Amino acid sequence: MSVSTSEQAGAAPKSRLRSFLDGDVWYSFTRSPVVMLSAIFLIVTFLAAVFAPYVAPHDPFDLASIDLMDASLPPAWEADGDPRFLLGTDDQGRDVLSTIIFGARISLIVGIAAVAFSIVLGVGLGLISGYVGGRLDAFIMRVADVQLSFPSILIALLIDGVARSVISRSAHDEIALYVLVFAIGVSGWVQYARTVRGSTLVERDKEYVQAARVIGMGPTLILWRHVLPNVMGPVLVIATIHLAVAIITEATLSFLGVGVPPTTPSLGTLIRIGNDYLFSGEWWITIFPGVALVLLVLAINLLGDWLRDALNPKLR
Amino acid sequence: MIGFIATRLFQSVIVMLTVALIAFALFRFVGDPINNMVGQDTTLEERAALKERLGLNDPFFIQFARFAGNAAQGEFGFSYQHRRPVSELVAERLPATLELSLISAILALAIGIPMGVYTALRRNGLLSRAFMTLSLIGVSLPTFLIGILLILFFGVILRWLPTFGRGEVVDLGGWTTGLLTESGLRSLIMPAITLALFQMTLIMRLVRAEMLEVLRTDFVKFARARGLPDRYVHFKTALKNTLVPVITITGLQLGSIIAFAIITESVFQWPGMGLLFIQAIGNVDIPVMAAYLVMIAFFFVVINFVVDMLYYAVDPRLRVDARGGH
Repeated sequence: MSVSTSEQAGAAPKSRLRSFLDGDVWYSFTRSPVVMLSAIFLIVTFLAAVFAPYVAPHDPFDLASIDLMDASLPPAWEADGDPRFLLGTDDQGRDVLSTIIFGARISLIVGIAAVAFSIVLGVGLGLISGYVGGRLDAFIMRVADVQLSFPSILIALLIDGVARSVISRSAHDEIALYVLVFAIGVSGWVQYARTVRGSTLVERDKEYVQAARVIGMGPTLILWRHVLPNVMGPVLVIATIHLAVAIITEATLSFLGVGVPPTTPSLGTLIRIGNDYLFSGEWWITIFPGVALVLLVLAINLLGDWLRDALNPKLR
Repeated sequence: MIGFIATRLFQSVIVMLTVALIAFALFRFVGDPINNMVGQDTTLEERAALKERLGLNDPFFIQFARFAGNAAQGEFGFSYQHRRPVSELVAERLPATLELSLISAILALAIGIPMGVYTALRRNGLLSRAFMTLSLIGVSLPTFLIGILLILFFGVILRWLPTFGRGEVVDLGGWTTGLLTESGLRSLIMPAITLALFQMTLIMRLVRAEMLEVLRTDFVKFARARGLPDRYVHFKTALKNTLVPVITITGLQLGSIIAFAIITESVFQWPGMGLLFIQAIGNVDIPVMAAYLVMIAFFFVVINFVVDMLYYAVDPRLRVDARGGH
């Protein structure tokens, strides 16, 4: 008896962390090993990307530390391998593992920035569309429909290609990353806008919004303070899956040679560079960045699928 | 009905005009078109005369109208890089892309549908699970990596298949085909598989989901209750009802195949439209880029229009909505 009362007393002021750990989401997380593995892999990758200069065994962009004598060494476990370079070296003697860590960093930066841009654009337009309604709503949704009928990778490629020819060559390398983020971001806003518009239509007529309107709150403040927090749930799920798509899009564009410049290679650029050496048998230069890309995308997809199911009460 | 078609047609025209405007703006304002046409030693007077003759001094809208009119007839001017009419380049490259896309679409359907049916019927079978896992990997593998892996295994390690180009082609009165020569067919295998794989996993998952849905319906239960053999119920009753959405989605996916062909063509150096476009971006060859923009937009607009019309023809509910809503 005394035990249970003390438990109740302890549980009464439940901390946020405590209630999260007791909740269904955490429970389903601990019950699926694949999802936990994905999460651990992602956390490790994120940390490695953030602390790349400290984690990477070599600095692939420090010319002083690169020795051409080390060029094109196979992975360490092969006969000619060098234990200093676990995954081998590329044609210029750069450590493949280090370039992958730095490449993942660029891929993640571009991917996350593009998703953030999509969210701002999509959620903003969705809120306005749903709240204002009328012709503006019809117009925004028409544009969304039209865009949806084109594959997003094609839209990103077209925007990127057009932007590239507009910008002078000398300025390319500096703003290539921003152009890329813009192109991928614009190609992905529709899903957010549609979802948020739907939820906004529902929230708009609820009493708390009417009450806010009655006390004289402006529409911007109502949308920001009251509607936005209530429509962000699904956005989180879309964003997870979208991150995987954005990373693949970035890698594809970089592979096609219209993405990030070779001076700051992403995973896609590394695969492109390595592809030239495939025929001479130096497979590790292109395959390892490829494996890293697939694992990254697969982990995000698995986590996203799980999140969608876990947050959706209908599926329980 | 007429109202519905008119609305859709109007939308399509707006989309085409917007794309044409972007293409025109690119052509007219990125760099100097005159500079790209004449040599270094052309005098300023000659340049001015050429500018006048080409109508580049006319008001914006007249120039745009001329551009759109020419584009409608397939004329996009001269490629800066190849020094040849863009229409000629396109005519040369189009068969390669269409052949590759068509074969891939057939491949995706011919393998995707049986795999989907199988995984729906034997939901817990070992092979079904293997298919589903493969399809998850297929979705996570970017197209270009599939191509690289195929090249590595079948081109570099095993040396079975050629890794780039179209092989020998036969000219059939302006249409070059690689389907009639051995080297052409061998060259087609890897690009076609690369392009088909993603669509295949998509079709498989779609067929599986639709099939599971249909198998749960009353008329299938009734067919079973009548004592019809499993084979008949599965393939005659269920599969037939599954295929309607599958065919529509496949129609829409035709556009994606053309879009993803850019990537496949780039990996295998396949001399098609996509490779032409990627090279045009690299060389800032604006007329070629403009032509590709307009053509791909036109292609998508036509596909979407046709699919919309098909929906309208197939689904009576849309007709009621159109009458009541607008």
